[in-house]
Amino acid sequence: MLKGVDLRIEAGEALALMGAPGAGKSTFCRALMGLVPHLTGGVFGGRVEVLGHDTRRVRPPELAGLVAIVFDDPETQLFNLTVEDEVAFGPESLGLPSAEIRSRVDEALALVGLDVDPRRAPSELSGGQQQRLALATAIAMHPRLLVLDAPTAQLDPLGQTEFYQALARLRRQRDLTVVLAEPDPELVAEHADRVAILAEGRIVRDGTPEEVFADPRALAALGVAGPEASEVAWRVSQLEGEALQFATVERAARELARLLERPAASGQPLVSGERPAGSDDA
Amino acid sequence: MPEHPPLIQVQDVWFTYPGGVQALRGVNLQVSAGERLALLGRNGSGKTTLAKHLNGLLVPTRGRVLVAGVETVGQDVGRLAALVGYVFQNPDHQLFSRSVREELAFGPRNLGLPPGEVARRVEAALRQFGLEEAADTPPAILGFAERRLVAVASVVAMRPAALVLDEPFAGLSWPSVVRLGMLLVQLAAAGHAIILITHQMRAVAAFAERCVVLDDGRVLADRPTRETLVDQPLLKRAALAPPAMVRLGQQLRPYGFSGRTLRVDELVEEYQRLRGARRERR
Repeated sequence: MLKGVDLRIEAGEALALMGAPGAGKSTFCRALMGLVPHLTGGVFGGRVEVLGHDTRRVRPPELAGLVAIVFDDPETQLFNLTVEDEVAFGPESLGLPSAEIRSRVDEALALVGLDVDPRRAPSELSGGQQQRLALATAIAMHPRLLVLDAPTAQLDPLGQTEFYQALARLRRQRDLTVVLAEPDPELVAEHADRVAILAEGRIVRDGTPEEVFADPRALAALGVAGPEASEVAWRVSQLEGEALQFATVERAARELARLLERPAASGQPLVSGERPAGSDDA
Repeated sequence: MPEHPPLIQVQDVWFTYPGGVQALRGVNLQVSAGERLALLGRNGSGKTTLAKHLNGLLVPTRGRVLVAGVETVGQDVGRLAALVGYVFQNPDHQLFSRSVREELAFGPRNLGLPPGEVARRVEAALRQFGLEEAADTPPAILGFAERRLVAVASVVAMRPAALVLDEPFAGLSWPSVVRLGMLLVQLAAAGHAIILITHQMRAVAAFAERCVVLDDGRVLADRPTRETLVDQPLLKRAALAPPAMVRLGQQLRPYGFSGRTLRVDELVEEYQRLRGARRERR
């Protein structure tokens, strides 16, 4: 599945992992948890070091206090009778004192903005609420690394927005590094500092969203698409003869406004490197 | 000139699930041959419940559903499947044959068609969906986008008058969405009615001419796509987000953009016109 992945993830970063289905994203996420190879078996070469721990030497339960994961399907992750039991489960398994568990549960639910009766059954919540609950259970472990494997794949737009707002709030208040397998390029452009594209088990692109999404045709060849704003950047770049890079609607608006306000001398289009008519040559 | 009755008529339909959940509250809808419509709404708004009424999987608690002029109540679901094809959200729930060819043959055979006709329809579907090379491959080993195409093709092979597709674009990258979307446009041009349940607003902008917005079991709006996707208050109420190009156009209104562009090409065209106009003014 993975054929020589080299990647360095810096503390505090939000790295988005993209690639066609089958490219190796979920395998990579599981490798960060040690689930690959300890749970999945298979042939494992190279080294995955998470917060200084070699994942081959350390078993998943030992990484539990450092790395937490949220999967795409709420049903497979939530299995307790009440919301509060769900969030408490992890801290309990760490053997923490009751007062500490109580405090972590309250804090985690507040951080994700899940304002429901904690005695409710998880199955009664909406999909968006369930995924925020799954996020709360993950952060109650006080992880330093949060791995999110397509967390909003089954959610409607409202659920997606709620989840990412919760994640943004979390990142502001906690020292957290995030690895996010997210197929929606609009969400990646909004929420990721960095994007890595996996193809056939290798990382073929690695950079900021603006950089990685700059060439729509190259992306299509990799079975991936960028956000619509990046396609606008590419097309306007052709029109203006100037390399433009933006990936979000907000930056697109600023750049297009700037281009429209830019004075054009004698009706000549501005081309990068060309001086307006009448200026002195150096 | 006599008018054909609409292909599908939903007349004041109310539906309550056995557990008591009232999922549809007085829905009225008409769909004609050749239309391409998107059914939009948050999770729980009634979209899937309504869709399941169209092929008789569910029958109304009150009101009626007519397909080709005949009420669905009391009709054989197998017979209705020949008129209204349903493509499920997860292709893997639908595919089970040893080869793509077998998969495509299953529906027509079940309709009792003679072998010659079955073979003709299978070959036509293989060609139309670009699946000729995969004809003898087990669907299970194909990539996700291909499996999605096989699932759609297998329903199309039954030549139903209407096609209902539940989240057909989920998990597909934009290039694959376009491939499937263009096939749906061809099918509509050939007279099929296409009903899409989807959250992907970029796909709605590209492939649906009409949007029916559901909220809390009721039809909130039934209008052309172009009007629906720029109506911010409506979208907000239904917990939907406008496509990125609508948001970009609306942010750039102070610069002369209409705020009514749904797609990248439309927005870039507006930019080009405004840029040209500004040059001329100087």
